[in-house]
Amino acid sequence: MNDFFTVSIIIATLASGIRLAVPFLLAALGEAVGQRAGVLNLGVEGVMLIGAFAAYYTALETGSASFGLLMGLVVGAAMGLIYAFITVVMHAEQGISGIGIYLFGLGFTDLLFQKQVGTPRPISGLQTKPFDWLANDTGRAGELLFSHTVLTYVAFLLVPVVYWLITRTTFGLNVRAVGENPQAADTLGVSVNGIRTAAIIIGNTMAGLAGAALALEIGIFQQNLTAGRGFIAIALVYFGAWRPVGVMTGSLLFGIVSATVLQLQVQDVISGSVSSIANMAPAVLTVIVLVVVSRRIGQPAALTRPFTRDG
Amino acid sequence: MKPRLVFRLFLALLAVFSLAVAGCGNDDDAPSGPAPATEAPAPATEAPAPTEAPTEAPAPEPEEPFRVAVVAPSASNDLAFTQSMYDAVNSLVASGQIAEFAITDGTFIVEDAAAAIRGYADEGYHLVIAHGSQYGGPLEEIAPDFPDVSFAWGTAVDTFGLPNVYSYSVRSDLGGYVNGVVAAQLTESNVIGVVGPIEVGDAKLYVDGFAAGATAQNPDVEVNIVYTGSFADVALAAEAAQSHISAGADVLTGSAQMVVGATGVAQENGVLWFGTQANQTALGEDIVVASQVYRWEVVLSKVVDQVKAGTLGGETFIMTFEDGGLDIQFNDVMDIPADVLASAQATIDGLSDGSISTGQ
Repeated sequence: MNDFFTVSIIIATLASGIRLAVPFLLAALGEAVGQRAGVLNLGVEGVMLIGAFAAYYTALETGSASFGLLMGLVVGAAMGLIYAFITVVMHAEQGISGIGIYLFGLGFTDLLFQKQVGTPRPISGLQTKPFDWLANDTGRAGELLFSHTVLTYVAFLLVPVVYWLITRTTFGLNVRAVGENPQAADTLGVSVNGIRTAAIIIGNTMAGLAGAALALEIGIFQQNLTAGRGFIAIALVYFGAWRPVGVMTGSLLFGIVSATVLQLQVQDVISGSVSSIANMAPAVLTVIVLVVVSRRIGQPAALTRPFTRDG
Repeated sequence: MKPRLVFRLFLALLAVFSLAVAGCGNDDDAPSGPAPATEAPAPATEAPAPTEAPTEAPAPEPEEPFRVAVVAPSASNDLAFTQSMYDAVNSLVASGQIAEFAITDGTFIVEDAAAAIRGYADEGYHLVIAHGSQYGGPLEEIAPDFPDVSFAWGTAVDTFGLPNVYSYSVRSDLGGYVNGVVAAQLTESNVIGVVGPIEVGDAKLYVDGFAAGATAQNPDVEVNIVYTGSFADVALAAEAAQSHISAGADVLTGSAQMVVGATGVAQENGVLWFGTQANQTALGEDIVVASQVYRWEVVLSKVVDQVKAGTLGGETFIMTFEDGGLDIQFNDVMDIPADVLASAQATIDGLSDGSISTGQ
C-alpha cells in the first residue's frame, strides 16, 4: 500500500501543494505590500471571505466564473477603501480594526449565503488550464508545471510583479519610505496617507482575489470557507520577511507540507491518531520558522503606527 | 464635528453592525416569546429557510405549546449534520408534536453555542437541543442551572448523570457498512477513498463501518482513509479527494459539512460519491450513488413525548436501521444495477437481524 515514493505520487503531491499554496500566496503578497507601507491588516480573512462569496454568487447567478473573479477583485478593492478610511483617515488602532473587518466578513458572508443561496450549490469554477496541452507532451515535469488553472499562474506571476513594484518603482520606494519613517517621507513631499491608502487597496484587492480563487477553484461556497487561511497568510508575510520571494517560499512550504500529510494518509504511511498530529505539521513548521526568522529580520519600523504630522 | 469624534461614531457603528451581522447570520429569531399558531407548517420538501423559524402546530394544543430550540455548529442547509437535525425538527413541527421551533446554527465557536443554549433555556424553551458533541462541556455546566428545562445532546452517549439531559447518537457505521458494500461492487480500480474530518464521533464510526463493508464485500478492495483535521475546511477536503484520485480511487465517500469540496472534485473527475448524514444527491446527480440519511425525528419524537410526560432526561438513544432512524437513499436518477440494490437491502436486513456485524 505504501506507494508514496513513486514519481507519479510525488508529482501529484507537489502539484497538490502548489494548488493549496495559491490562496496563501495571493493574500500574503497583498498583505506584504500593505505592511511594507506600515499598515497591518488582520482582516485579511474577512476580506477573503467577502471576495470568495462575491465571486461565487456572481458566478452562480451569471454563469460566468470570469465575471465572478472580477467581482472578487472589486469587492476586495472596496474593502480596501473602507479599511483605509478606518486606519489612514481616522487613525484607528490597526489590530482591532482588522479584527472588526474579519468579524464583519465572517458574519456578513454567512448571512448573505443563507439568505441568497441556502443549500450549497456547485458552480462551474474557473477551470481553464492554459498550458494543459503542454502537460501531455512534457512528461512528469510537464504534469507538475503545466496542469494548473489560470489563477495559479497569475498568483506566481504576481511574485516578480510585486517584487518589481516594491523595489524598482517610485511607488515602491515611497511604500518602503512610509513604512519605515513616515515623518521623513512626509518632509520630502511624499503623501503618506495617499501611499498607504494605495497600498491597502492593493493588499485588499489581492485578498479578495485570494478568496475568489478559493471559491472558483473548488466551485462552491460555504460558511467560513477560508478556514483561517487569511490569518496564516499574515504569518507567512513574517515568515517571508516582507519579501515576495520569501512569501512565495513560505506559501509553497505550507501547501506542500499540507499536501504531503494528506498523501501520506492516503498511502497509509500515517493513520489513526498520528494523522491528527500530522495535520498540525504545517502550522508547527510555520511557527518554528517564524521564531528563527524573527531573530534576524526587522519588520518595517512604522508597522501598525498611524501617521500624524505632529508625530 | 471633529474627525476623531466622527471616527469614534463610525467605529462604534461598524462594531455594532459587525456584531449584529455575525449574530443574525445564525440566529433565527430565537429568544422571542411563544408565537401564536396561526400559519401552516412548512412542507417537508421545501428548501430550508434557516432564519425563519417555523412556529406552528396544525392542530390546536390542549396544553402549553411545546417549544424546542436547536443550537448547531454549521449551517442548517449544509446537506449534512445540521440539516439532518433541522429537517427532523421541522417534520415534528409538521406533525404537530412541536409547536414552536427556533434554531441558532453556525455556532462553530463553542462559547457562542454555550451562550445560545443558556439563552434558550432562560427563555423557557421546553427542550434545548445541543447538536454537536463539542457542546458537552458547556452543557454539563448549564443544565443544572435550569432543572425545569430538558436538554438533548448529541452525538454522544453521556448524560453526565443529570436528570434533565438526554443524549443521542447514531450507529453511522451501519449505513457506512451498506455504502461500503455497494461501493466495493461499483469500483473498477478497486481503490476507494474516504475523506473524513476529525477521527471522532459519528464521522469515525461511519468511516470505520464503510471500510469494513467494502472489504467484507471484496477483500481485494483498498480503502484509503484521510482525516483532514477539520470539519470546516472545504478546500482541504477537495485536495484530499484529489489525492485519493491521484492514487487511483474511482469511488469516494466522506463525512461532515466540508465534503462539499470533495464532491466538487469527484464531479469534475467523474468519480462516484457516497454520502452520509443527509441526502447529498443535490451535490452531483451524476456521481452521488447513495446517501445514509439520519432521521433524528425518530429520537426526537421519543424525547418530546417523555418530556411532555414529565421525564426531562437521564436516557441515551442510539438510532439504527431497526428503529427507522437510519435510511439509505439511492439516487433515483442514476442507473444502479438491480443486483447491487438487492445486495444493499440484504445487508440492511443482515445488520438489522444481527447476522452481519460491522465490527463496532
